[in-house]
Amino acid sequence: MSAKLDNASRRGFIKGSLMMIPAVTVGSGVSLTAKADEPPANLADYQPTYFTDDEWRFVMAACDRLIPSDGDGPGALETNVPIFIDKQMEGKFGHAADWYMKPPFHPDVSPLFGYQSPLTPREVYRKGIEATQEYCQAQHGKSFAALDHDLQTQVLTQLEKGDITFDDVSATQFFAFLLQNTKEGYFADPIHGGNKHMASWKFIGFPGARASYLAWVDQRDKAYPLGPVSLTGERG
Amino acid sequence: MAKTNPHVDVVMIGLGWTSSIMGMELTDEGLSVLALERGPDQDTVPDFAYPKMADELTYGVRYQLMQRPAKSTLTVRHGIQDLAVPYRSLGSFLPGNGVGGAGTHWNGHTWRPQPNELRLKSYVEENFGADIIPDEMTIQDYGVTYDELEPHFDRFEKVAGISGKAGNLNGEIQEGGNPFEGWRSDDYPLPPMKRTLNDTLFRDMAASEGLHPFPLPAANASQAYTNPYGMQLAPCNYCGFCERYGCLNYSKSSPQTCVLGALKQRKNFAYRANCEVMKVNLASDGKTATGVTYIDENGDEVIQPADLVIMGAYSLHNVHLLLLSGIGKPYDPISGEGVVGKNYAYQMNGGATLYFKDKHFNPFIGAGANGETLNDFGVEQIDFGQEGFIGGSYFNAAMTNGQPIRNMPLPKGAPSWGAEWKQAVQETYGHTMTIGSHGSNMAYRDCYLDLDPNYTDDHGRPLMRMTFNWKDNDVRMTQFMKQKIDALSKALGPDDYKLSFKDFDSQYDVRPYQTTHNVGGAIMGSDPKSSVLNRYLQTWDVHNVFVMGASAFPQNLQYNPTGMVGGLTYWAAKAIREQYLPNPGPLVQA
Ligand SMILES: Cc1cc2nc3c(=O)[nH]c(=O)nc-3n(C[C@H](O)[C@H](O)[C@H](O)COP(=O)(O)OP(=O)(O)OC[C@H]3O[C@@H](n4cnc5c(N)ncnc54)[C@H](O)[C@@H]3O)c2cc1C
Ligand code: SF4
Repeated sequence: MSAKLDNASRRGFIKGSLMMIPAVTVGSGVSLTAKADEPPANLADYQPTYFTDDEWRFVMAACDRLIPSDGDGPGALETNVPIFIDKQMEGKFGHAADWYMKPPFHPDVSPLFGYQSPLTPREVYRKGIEATQEYCQAQHGKSFAALDHDLQTQVLTQLEKGDITFDDVSATQFFAFLLQNTKEGYFADPIHGGNKHMASWKFIGFPGARASYLAWVDQRDKAYPLGPVSLTGERG
Repeated sequence: MAKTNPHVDVVMIGLGWTSSIMGMELTDEGLSVLALERGPDQDTVPDFAYPKMADELTYGVRYQLMQRPAKSTLTVRHGIQDLAVPYRSLGSFLPGNGVGGAGTHWNGHTWRPQPNELRLKSYVEENFGADIIPDEMTIQDYGVTYDELEPHFDRFEKVAGISGKAGNLNGEIQEGGNPFEGWRSDDYPLPPMKRTLNDTLFRDMAASEGLHPFPLPAANASQAYTNPYGMQLAPCNYCGFCERYGCLNYSKSSPQTCVLGALKQRKNFAYRANCEVMKVNLASDGKTATGVTYIDENGDEVIQPADLVIMGAYSLHNVHLLLLSGIGKPYDPISGEGVVGKNYAYQMNGGATLYFKDKHFNPFIGAGANGETLNDFGVEQIDFGQEGFIGGSYFNAAMTNGQPIRNMPLPKGAPSWGAEWKQAVQETYGHTMTIGSHGSNMAYRDCYLDLDPNYTDDHGRPLMRMTFNWKDNDVRMTQFMKQKIDALSKALGPDDYKLSFKDFDSQYDVRPYQTTHNVGGAIMGSDPKSSVLNRYLQTWDVHNVFVMGASAFPQNLQYNPTGMVGGLTYWAAKAIREQYLPNPGPLVQA
């Protein structure tokens, strides 16, 4: 028992690390992360990559209800949440790239067993938006985006509670993705396309990517004084 | 046709905590040791360097460092009559993937078991009578004692540079430590971490209630430290991106920071990343292993001959590989015969969220194992006969992070979206703390692991199937803890608080994260009829296969597993070095 080995995968050099944040791409080749030196996009000018124009109007209107601009703090539209969601559709999340997606599927088992649909999240969005638009046309004679705010809230609540059901997609699952991604886009680092100018972090008092607090640990019960920083290099 | 590599003395499956430690111990003997790790190579630089780690979406929410279910997962069901369905996306537990394993992205709560947890069945029988053990409960003794393991716990704590305060030094109770812990031969190598507001509030309240609070033993360095391998840890900066992240500061004890830097220097050690072991190969008599077969980074099948096989693939994967390799008899829950897969157990936790309008907790200032704890309701402290359950728990008031996507506790009745949600977020963020109960989970006849009949992985191998649900004994335990935590929460005088504990109608839910403390399935013991491994973690049936990790636990401890896993690894290494190598064969006669 004495054979000597050469270490096949030992690193011979240290790779540069500063701001090497990989752009996650799946198939489409679209970059999902913002560049450090570019200002965040203007939502009104943004051309969605995944969503069609009709779908985009839905996403904008729905995000605006989920995190409205009313009251204190920014809303989903001021913080570019729809842009975040569009980018997510092109990434690993939208494609369920990391999930086990082999059949057989048993979508009717108890929800306690987690995701059991054969649809990828981006397919859930596509079918969910289409079905919701059809529902709005049939019930209210208008597309979702054209409804008044109260009716929009009502429709979203119905989706959330499962009071509306669709044939080829789960309404509650569709709503759950929409709400989850909206909150992610609101609170995630701006490098992912939402949380424009770290507005949500400023609103709640989260210092973002500072990640260094040794001097502050035992200064108990005092509000932390510094604003947030982002992976994009932006400082607030 | 599979290619065959040159022979090595030892092949290790996986390169997390257990294989890293084993690598040091066995290269010390001059053996050639090769570790095969299915995931990527990763190290502090460049992989965990600032600022890219400080990205909640990528690492905290999308699990960049964890196992990908697309590549590796299992199926889950509640009962033996049910159809199991795949754990398609991660939730309840998050196994690691890549060099360092889950030890890269753990929290670092580092505990030793209480001595009687290791002889639980005997302890219960001696003190409360065998008849209090429910029929379906299959608890066992570990077959190794606390006294035997003590030097190895100490060794692991020194290698990992644990920050804490001893409560029992050689039998003498120490002020400010855990008076209910087993004896220790030495204090922790580093003093406790700094105290945050939640710590001091909880500590002062608990002390005034006559309880015994102490700082959580932490694998986050409170000071600069050099370990016995010469590896250096820098003081933790409470970065708030600890659990689910690699440490950007060389402060979290991990295989990389504590062991691998030294191990990689050794000429008789090598590791290959992106190499997934398919199975352990057996000689034609089935009594010894000849090595392993793996798929290399190019997708080619490779046979790796070796004299000794160490499984360090994480508890769940160890059991899967045993089942796939035909080592040991698979467990049958109907007859109760067979052993591999038997006694899978988890962790029974609950907690309270407390809201204080006027207090600033600055939750983003936190470390993985930053917290104040108490063990007054531990396994050894409870009268099982009187309370009507077997088990125990420790409580912790921990402040690990304030990452807003996942860490946004809201008051009772707050809506989950809309203008009122936004208002609740603003009012609550930074003003809450938690008290958690981290409790034991017993083993049961119908909680086990086997191969799934319906689902396969990319290589056509059957997935493993987990059959698991919560049982009344453990719910009674957690309901007992709920009463205690309710009272402690009230005593802290918050503006509002809410409790979240399992109840008698609770079923296992794979969606919310609970813990990555999956235990059992390849349990240790003193009888080959009821265990897979002997007391040295050697398989009873194939003497040159040793299985590390929490798969060896016959039922779960009240604590997080890694202190015990580390201690057991050093214990097994000593047996291999001193007994097995001079005379290879079964270390315990069946
Ligand atoms: C989020 C999180 C928080 C945690 N917090 C704590 C805590 O606070 N306290 C505590 O005590 N414990 C904690 N744990 C658990 C702790 O991480 C584990 O107990 C510990 O890492 C187990 O070490 P191991 O060597 O057995 O397995 P791991 O560290 O998981 O290493 C196993 C390795 O084997 C590899 N592997 C698997 N299958 C194969 C194969 N077929 N071929 C090749 N390689 C393979 C895996 O990719 C992995 O890298 C936590 C875990 C997680 C995920
Ligand atoms: S909290 Fe401390 S130990 Fe944890 S990742 Fe941050 S610096 Fe490292």
